[in-house]
Amino acid sequence: MIPISFNYKKASSVDEALSLMTDDAKILGGGHSLIPALKLRLNSVDTLIDISKIENIKGINDNAQSVTVGGGATHASIASNSALAKAAPMMAEAAHTIGDRQVRNMGTIGGSIAHADPAADWPAVLLASDANVVIKNKTGQREVDIDQFFTGFYETALADGEIITAIRIPKTAYNANSVYEKFKQPASRFAIVGIAAAAEMDGNVVKALRIGVTGLAEVAFRPMEVEKELIGKELTEANIDAALGTIANGVSVMGDHYASEKYRTHLAKVYTKRALLRLK
Amino acid sequence: MKNKISVNVNGKQYEGEVEGRELLVNFLREHLSLTGTHIGCDTSSCGACTIHLNGHAVKSCTVLAVQADGAEVTTVEGLATNGELHPIQEGFKEEHGLQCGFCTPGMMMTAVDLLKSNANPTEHEIRDALEGNFCRCTGYHNIVKSIQYAAKKMNGATA
Ligand SMILES: Cc1cc2nc3c(=O)[nH]c(=O)nc-3n(C[C@H](O)[C@H](O)[C@H](O)COP(=O)(O)OP(=O)(O)OC[C@H]3O[C@@H](n4cnc5c(N)ncnc54)[C@H](O)[C@@H]3O)c2cc1C
Ligand code: FES
Ligand code: FES
Repeated sequence: MIPISFNYKKASSVDEALSLMTDDAKILGGGHSLIPALKLRLNSVDTLIDISKIENIKGINDNAQSVTVGGGATHASIASNSALAKAAPMMAEAAHTIGDRQVRNMGTIGGSIAHADPAADWPAVLLASDANVVIKNKTGQREVDIDQFFTGFYETALADGEIITAIRIPKTAYNANSVYEKFKQPASRFAIVGIAAAAEMDGNVVKALRIGVTGLAEVAFRPMEVEKELIGKELTEANIDAALGTIANGVSVMGDHYASEKYRTHLAKVYTKRALLRLK
Repeated sequence: MKNKISVNVNGKQYEGEVEGRELLVNFLREHLSLTGTHIGCDTSSCGACTIHLNGHAVKSCTVLAVQADGAEVTTVEGLATNGELHPIQEGFKEEHGLQCGFCTPGMMMTAVDLLKSNANPTEHEIRDALEGNFCRCTGYHNIVKSIQYAAKKMNGATA
């Protein structure tokens, strides 16, 4: 399968990529969502601007307040990063569950959240981590709080022609105590349900809690009522079960030939419980 | 629009002209006649097209040929040196790691990538690394043994 013809331009810096940007152009990151779609001709494009050779958006930098992950960092580089393993262990855990070894060597975190597949792993993890998305455009730079980033089915706060250059993961007590649990679609390894959970504990009691849910609804989200219900409580099976009833409140649950709405909702509860029981 | 590319494949520099939409696997098979790299699913799933791009295993059906400009590519044809089999090739031969052989080049390229980062993988780690490589014949058992054979041999050689 060969895509419809397009022009290809390689950018050596973010500024160059932005200057090459036109209305009919698209960014090429790791290509592992875009190229399959172009091959199947589900998508077509006039010009691809390749940002995968821009070195300074691939790194992962350990700062005092946060770990900054480049928008072009591959899933594999995140899976093996020691700063993230400490600051937000759910990042490494989730990275390792994405696709397979070869996919992780090409696909990037910036590409994944720009694409915003409702079954992708990063949206859940970044929601749980309270990340900030650093975005560049022709007029400058802006930062978007992750809670405002995912706006709908394959939709985000990114405007046309903008580039995600980094994602900032704050160094917080809850991120240092975080896990990812995933029920995989057996062929593609995308999440049927993926749950990221991060908790700050005060002894046995929850002081702060953030949960990110992917796969369940048309867009990844935080089940705020579940989070609120568990503050000040111990993470016992009984407390968790009592809180999980509201997990799908206010979202439109997806159902397809892999998993019905009812089954997906059930899985979300089971996997959230698994995740929460692992938090210490 | 054609793009000029210069790619080092198995230690040899190649210059070529490709359309933007041309896939790396087609460039290798059709321009360079390196047909050891197979096309199985053509949808990023089966791993038959696995090669190394700058030392990392990737699925060449999901990489554009232009993206390999300036890069180093290794295909299954680049594993043997001076007519001597690479330990992974020897492993597949000794342990009966193939039946029809269609998946084998991809299996070997993924295995070599694994052994570079983990010289002594457990059986679980080997199976985990092969998640993106499908075999329709062997049931994987002998593939795992072949990779264990190569790991042992490569460790012995450097010890
Ligand atoms: C076989 C297979 C299995 C997979 N399994 C999983 C899985 O289990 N979980 C999962 O989460 N994902 C999975 N994926 C998807 C994979 O993670 C992709 O790498 C990811 O979704 C897209 O990232 P990319 O860098 O490849 O982006 P591309 O495909 O290059 O781009 C995707 C979209 O994002 C835009 N874009 C890319 N980079 C940027 C940027 N820096 N700034 C702004 N826009 C940008 C592009 O214009 C395009 O619209 C799988 C993919 C394959 C092929
Ligand atoms: S042909 Fe590339 S993954 Fe199957
Ligand atoms: S040996 Fe036939 S597909 Fe693996």
